[in-house]
Amino acid sequence: MTEESEIIISVQDVHKWYGDYHALKGVSMEVKKGEVIVIFGPSGSGKSTFIRTINRLEDHQRGQIVVHGTELTHDIRNIEAIRMDTGMVFQQFNLFPHLTVMQNITLSPIQVRKWTKEKAEKIAMQLLERVGIPEQAHKYPGQLSGGQQQRVAIARALAVQPKIMLFDEPTSALDPEMIKEVLDVMIELAKSGMTMLVVTHEMGFARAVADRMFFFDEGQIVEGGTPEEIFKNPKEERTKAFLSQILTH
Amino acid sequence: MTQTNSLLPPLTERSGVLRWMRKNLFGSWPDAILTIVGALIIYWAVKGFLTWAFTIAEWEVVSANMRLIMVGQYPVKEVGRLWIALGFLVFLAGNSLAIWARKSYFVTILLLGFPALLAFLPIGDESRGWLFSLTALGLVGWGIGRSKPESLGKIVIFGWVISLPIFVLLTRGFTSEDGIMPIVGTNLWGGLLLTFLLTVVGIIFSFPLGVLLALGRRSELPAIRLASVTYIELVRGVPLITILFVSQLILPLFLPPNMTIDRVLRAMVGITLFSAAYLAENVRGGLQAIPRGQFEAAYALGLNGVQTMVFIILPQALRLIIPILVGQFIAVFKDTALVAIVGLLDLVGIAKTVLAQPDFLGLQREVYVFISLIYWVLSYGMSYLSQQLEVKLGVGKQ
Repeated sequence: MTEESEIIISVQDVHKWYGDYHALKGVSMEVKKGEVIVIFGPSGSGKSTFIRTINRLEDHQRGQIVVHGTELTHDIRNIEAIRMDTGMVFQQFNLFPHLTVMQNITLSPIQVRKWTKEKAEKIAMQLLERVGIPEQAHKYPGQLSGGQQQRVAIARALAVQPKIMLFDEPTSALDPEMIKEVLDVMIELAKSGMTMLVVTHEMGFARAVADRMFFFDEGQIVEGGTPEEIFKNPKEERTKAFLSQILTH
Repeated sequence: MTQTNSLLPPLTERSGVLRWMRKNLFGSWPDAILTIVGALIIYWAVKGFLTWAFTIAEWEVVSANMRLIMVGQYPVKEVGRLWIALGFLVFLAGNSLAIWARKSYFVTILLLGFPALLAFLPIGDESRGWLFSLTALGLVGWGIGRSKPESLGKIVIFGWVISLPIFVLLTRGFTSEDGIMPIVGTNLWGGLLLTFLLTVVGIIFSFPLGVLLALGRRSELPAIRLASVTYIELVRGVPLITILFVSQLILPLFLPPNMTIDRVLRAMVGITLFSAAYLAENVRGGLQAIPRGQFEAAYALGLNGVQTMVFIILPQALRLIIPILVGQFIAVFKDTALVAIVGLLDLVGIAKTVLAQPDFLGLQREVYVFISLIYWVLSYGMSYLSQQLEVKLGVGKQ
């Protein structure tokens, strides 16, 4: 983290309600270009909701979110364009089952970025090689293992050439032996300088590549800091308790 | 030790007709009694029907009126145009089978051989020649499709798109009395021809309308949602026959005196509007079955609402409801029989006129059994093809 690096995501005092349920209670965070942020916390703590407000899959009712120079408000004229700056990887992969791997990856570049089919497929092939499964290009998602599907999902998110990658518990739905192949791809991506927000409980991943970590509980950020600070010297009791639970497993 | 790997299944699981019967038909005393009673009923019904069909029934009423049943009062000298239109469809079917169903030999033989099979019915030499030509044309189409499956796909799809306009154009004609294709008024269309056109038009136009209504019902704009819901619930709340009565009898009262809308066209519109409401509910069911994650993934990739629907949601939703859609299409096909009540001469309507002829009084059974057979063959055909389509589209979706 250098002093002059620009702030790419700025979140100030964001609140979110689902009906009467107060899901986010004043969350603030600033992310600089190239940073890898790990967000963790118990289920229902608002961490997924928070990451989904960044590309406005969820809207927020109070506070300010600025992504890559554009403020997310109700009158965003071109929300599709803002979503092109962010790629998202979901817990349940959410690949399109009726399209081949290649079609999954090239759909958005062809339809939204208006690339030619040839260009989109060339870049898709490069991405598939990067995530290690070029030979699966013409299969359907249902024919792949969970780990392979999640790697396709990462390639698909990267295909629109986003500035920011959002990961919403990318390894939680995977069998243990497939987690590593997905984490390896994410570590490679982190080292290449991509700005990443990752909701995960994979503390090995956090230790390896995270620049900062945030602990969420009950819709608030309880504590944030470098992995060293969080792991070695957590200030809050709740952080300590939660970490001891997931680390002893 | 290695012998344990080749253990045979227990004796009762092995095949054998007697063993199968023992297990499935005579497993217990109640089973055995049901089997015997059932067999007696089937024997009695089949024997009665066959005796009637081969000894008592006077099938001349069908063979003598075959042309009437098929095309109604369509002028004899123009019937060749209908055969050509049909030939175009069979040719496209041959093409399509060769391109998209290369391995489905059974379906191909069944579909292309069907006209030739019909030629063995007692129907007159001229029709026989045309039927054999249909099979030949289908085979030529199949051969062409097979030799160039890659390059022909788009042309064949275009062919299907223009097939309905071509069929209607050939049926109706477009020149004056002494031109090459004199116009044949819709009042002369009848029999299977009319049933076919009502069905095809009903299906083709109600499908997009139904999809739009289903999307409208899920719209976030209250005005569109309310309009869609109102339309769907109003139309589903009345029987088709009342819609047909309104279109045939009441609508003309509201039109200016010198303005008339063709009766067949009015029936087509009525059937289309009716079917669309039901389709809309079927499509809505398919849309609701698509997980939220599919929408989110599409939005996260920057696709807008229309793109998400067209590329992600609708293809999956429609594939899910193929069996329901085909059921709806078969229902449309059979519902067209109601136009007979408002005076159009479709299959059922023409049956009534056949039976009104002094020569054929009292032969209801023969005529209605025959048109039932036509309905059954075509309905089952649709159902069978849709099952094949499901199997084919199931690829890649586990």
